[in-house]
Amino acid sequence: MRNLNKNLRVGAIGLAAAALVLTGCAESERDSNASGDGGGTFVFGGTAEPVTLDPFFASDGETFRIARQIFEGLVGTEPGTADPAPLLATDWQVSDDGLSYTFDLREDVTFHDGTEFNADAVCFNFDRWYNMPESAQTDDLTYYYASLFRGFATGSRADEAIYESCTADDESTATIKLSKPFAGFISAMSLPALSMQSPTALEKYQDDTATNPRNSEYATSRPTGTGPFELDSWERGQQVTLKAYDDYWGEKPQFDKAVVVAIDDPKARADALTNGEIDGFDLVGPADIAGLEADGFQIVNRDAFNVLYLGMNQKAKPLGDIKVRQAIAHALNKDEIVSASMPEGTKTAIEFIPEVVNGYADDVTTYEYDPAKAKQLLKEAGAVGATIEFNYPTGVSRPYMPQPEDTFNVIRTQLEAVGLKIKPTADQWSPDYLEKIQGTSKHGLHLLGWTGDYNDTDNFLGVFFGAQSSEWGFDNPEIFTALKEARGLPTVEEQEPLYQDINRQIMDFLPGVPLAHPVPSLAFAPNVEGYQQSPVQDEVWNTITLN
Amino acid sequence: MTVTLPPSSNPGPGPAIDEEVHGVSLWRGAFRRIRRNPSAIAGVVIVLAFTVVALAAPLLTTYQPGSAQWSGQVTPSSVPGPSDEHWLGLDRFGSDMWTQMVYGARQSLIYGVISTAIGLTVGASLGALAGGFGAVGGRIGAWVDTAVMRFVDVMLSIPSLLLAVSIAAVLGQNSYAIMIAIGTAQVPIFARLLRGSMLSQGKSDYVLAASALGLRKRRIVMGHVLPNSIGPTIVQATLNLATAIIEVAALSYLGLGSSDPAVAEWGRMLVAAQDRFDAAPRLAIMPGVAIAITALGFTLFGEALREALDPRTRR
Amino acid sequence: MLRFVVRRLALMVPVLVGLSILLFAWVRALPGDPARALLGEKATPEGLARINEAYGFDKPLLEQYFTYVRALLQGDFGNSIQYGRPVVDSFAERFPATIELALAALLFAVLVGVPLGYIAARNQGRALDTAVVSGSLLGVVTPVFFLAILLKLVFADKLGWLPTVGRADVRLDATHPTNFYVLDGILTQEWDAVGDAMLHLVLPALALGTIPLAIIVRITRASVAEVLHEDFVRTAESKGLSRRVISRRHVLRNALLPVVTTIGLQAGLLFSGAVLTETVFSFNGIGEYLFQAISQRDYPVLQGFIIFIAIVYSLINLLVDVSYGLIDPRVRVQ
Repeated sequence: MRNLNKNLRVGAIGLAAAALVLTGCAESERDSNASGDGGGTFVFGGTAEPVTLDPFFASDGETFRIARQIFEGLVGTEPGTADPAPLLATDWQVSDDGLSYTFDLREDVTFHDGTEFNADAVCFNFDRWYNMPESAQTDDLTYYYASLFRGFATGSRADEAIYESCTADDESTATIKLSKPFAGFISAMSLPALSMQSPTALEKYQDDTATNPRNSEYATSRPTGTGPFELDSWERGQQVTLKAYDDYWGEKPQFDKAVVVAIDDPKARADALTNGEIDGFDLVGPADIAGLEADGFQIVNRDAFNVLYLGMNQKAKPLGDIKVRQAIAHALNKDEIVSASMPEGTKTAIEFIPEVVNGYADDVTTYEYDPAKAKQLLKEAGAVGATIEFNYPTGVSRPYMPQPEDTFNVIRTQLEAVGLKIKPTADQWSPDYLEKIQGTSKHGLHLLGWTGDYNDTDNFLGVFFGAQSSEWGFDNPEIFTALKEARGLPTVEEQEPLYQDINRQIMDFLPGVPLAHPVPSLAFAPNVEGYQQSPVQDEVWNTITLN
Repeated sequence: MTVTLPPSSNPGPGPAIDEEVHGVSLWRGAFRRIRRNPSAIAGVVIVLAFTVVALAAPLLTTYQPGSAQWSGQVTPSSVPGPSDEHWLGLDRFGSDMWTQMVYGARQSLIYGVISTAIGLTVGASLGALAGGFGAVGGRIGAWVDTAVMRFVDVMLSIPSLLLAVSIAAVLGQNSYAIMIAIGTAQVPIFARLLRGSMLSQGKSDYVLAASALGLRKRRIVMGHVLPNSIGPTIVQATLNLATAIIEVAALSYLGLGSSDPAVAEWGRMLVAAQDRFDAAPRLAIMPGVAIAITALGFTLFGEALREALDPRTRR
Repeated sequence: MLRFVVRRLALMVPVLVGLSILLFAWVRALPGDPARALLGEKATPEGLARINEAYGFDKPLLEQYFTYVRALLQGDFGNSIQYGRPVVDSFAERFPATIELALAALLFAVLVGVPLGYIAARNQGRALDTAVVSGSLLGVVTPVFFLAILLKLVFADKLGWLPTVGRADVRLDATHPTNFYVLDGILTQEWDAVGDAMLHLVLPALALGTIPLAIIVRITRASVAEVLHEDFVRTAESKGLSRRVISRRHVLRNALLPVVTTIGLQAGLLFSGAVLTETVFSFNGIGEYLFQAISQRDYPVLQGFIIFIAIVYSLINLLVDVSYGLIDPRVRVQ
């Protein structure tokens, strides 16, 4: 008995000592890392693991975050804006009919495998995209190419495809020919999905005809681009490690390695930063901002390039009545909604596109907060005390919708205050909620939004109101045709007045209430400097220094 | 996730033919023993207090649950604390915290009782079917027993929380889904327990005596074996109430359950409070502690009941 | 013994067949389709149709089931829809994490629980006993995730002693040949990685191990107390054997039997708890992944993982029964 006790005590002391020693080790380790030594490692917390490292087969933000470090497109963006700027192409000319684009290419550029970037490489990429085998023509693999270029060489959409040819005029000049005008073409070329990849590496390690080209040797361990970083390793389920590319043509990275880890919960990301486990992370939860700032961490706000709206399904009674929709719009106190559920710095919305997008109109009809007027309108419509279903998603935080439960809750209270009865219906975000909202008409009011991929009005309005849909449940041919007409114009300048007009039209028709343009925030440790935010998340880490 | 506390010992075989008379004194004796056991009294007090709060919720507060009336006062980084109107402060969604806590007790009671009732009914039926046929014996009896128990085995081959999550995922986001899910996950426990005790009763002396006296096996099983075996199952149900309350919270934590975010339900409140932990830890601690205390009450009560009914601990 | 094992293994077959059918039915009964989960906000009706066609979800259910089973019998568990990777690969990455966590939790529970239970039994009725028993009760009634959140808040967020997320410090850049991080560190002789991996295990293991700990304490206490009252202990005492020898040779050995059984029975509990603990600590194990797969309707992952888990779970139960027979000759099964 005594013996056992003694053994136990010794064991316990031993364990405790071991734990202390270990804690001590780790502590000193972290300290030495925090102080930094010039070279160093930058650890970034993303929200999910990338799905592949071949960006052509992706459409998610986390894949693109890594792709932006490894790859570059012909076109980039002006720092801090969504406007196109030269990148691998130093300049470009468009023919008058908008069908032919000639790119002048940067000359001193090499891919990570040492091969040269030139006009042949550009054409190789364009031809690769156009000639995708049918097995890869699904939206999970090739969403962006298919929706921008409308189709491939083969398959069911071949007739609609707008790509015609690419010719290498000389070593550093390439001409792309389209069969129909596409005003957003230059902007679209800044998408990571359409970045330039090494023809040699692709031929050797990638197989587009495979059942799953996302999982090939190329797409998991040999992605080869021209960017400031090259892949060091991708440990599935854990981390992606990048290392500086020594022969990068532009500004070289200030540190040797960058690591991206996935932490899906916003609070957990904040905790990891506070605890020194990561150096920065994306999508700060609104609740964590004040605490992080108080502890000396930096908050970087991205310019909002998104919109959150309260959708109204006109198939659901009494939302088909314009008076009811106006009443709901007047019942909403957008300032309160923003202060209760969105990060500081978020602007309220008056229309369905953010201000920086072409065709933003200042003079659309607005619906100020006026509960008395709302009650009056409801009375006129005979909808006092009507019960309306209100759908909202759970288990999700989107850049445009950081805390849907709180947003729902405030709006619910405001609507009940003007005498409506609300029946809450919650669904798991994906796929249940999206299925219900976009795939069926079994919903009433709902929360949804959109983050723009590149600067193109059609990427907002066309997505929402381009055709009859079960999300909105209305048929308004006037709006549908106006959008179609605007899309077909060859230049952005010609499109602008049309889009302004469409915005006015939409806000009179009031299919939903645009609520806000929530500011997505990033957080960084005090020693991280020079992070260049971008509304379209075109953020490359060669600008960062670690002090 | 279902925590089945191991019994300190199994109830032995019951006494012979006059079990009815004895049954009464068994329960009466049990209550006498419970009165003498301090932890049992603590359990009873907690269970009673919880039940009273749950039933009298509307009398204990002047506000409505889940009303979120004061949502305008809540911002992402601050939740108003205790004040004159709200002595526990507001919750994350702008409802009165005290009201939420009190009505939360009611929700927990409803969830716990209904889900355990589902588990008990289905599980005990399966157990009685298997145990009954098994005790009667014969080829058909053995076959039914095996078939039922294989089905239970399939359920048991999946960890219970995973089973509950799977079921809730199919049924969608509503409170029935949670009750059915947790009830179903309890089925194997009850089925095995009842079958086990019926089979062991079936082999006991009084059954042998009764069948030697010429009574038909079916009558012995229905008339004597089943009533004698039900005791441990009832005790288990009390203990399961505790785990059911915890599991409701667990499923809520994983994002299943009611569709109203401001609903007065402890698990939901705990989850909602999680990302405000730094700003207002009380929002998480209150429901968390409430869950633990309630589960403690049912556990103590259930254990005392089990010990009291156990002939081996009787003095 | 061998016959018993073979019989039990044979019995697993109908259970697994039944499970595969139920699983298949369940997975398809989940509302919402995987194609939409894949495309998110970007879904269009044509896009959805193309994906359903590519994965064969538009075929009759029975045909899908037989296709699946045929592949399964050839050892092919299919590819994840969300990630396009073989299910087996992600299982091989994530399963070690959960096992490592569960073992750490179990180790904690046994190392602390058995001595505590023994001490309590030896001091039955005294204050020490009461303290241990009430403590163990508290352990059982506290929700796992609540405990996990509290531990994380105090020891990671506030005090900063221990890491908050994941399995390893990414800056160490350790290599992981087996995905059992502690073992990996030992194999590659990266001792800092071993320490780091252990540090990452402390909080999750504490949270996960508390309920098994409480149960082991109670079982040990009860069975030690029971053995102490047995005739043979009294005989040994009357023979004049020292208490130490009695404890070692007779009491512990005899009392251990129910404890071993209980440890085996914790497998399911540990797994269920792991789902919650992994979520709190962003610990990349199967629990977390499985839960993700449910919300993404990743059919092949769900089917594959649950069948894997069921097999492992059944094997553990078999192992428990076998060890039961080895320790106690009386219960050796015919």
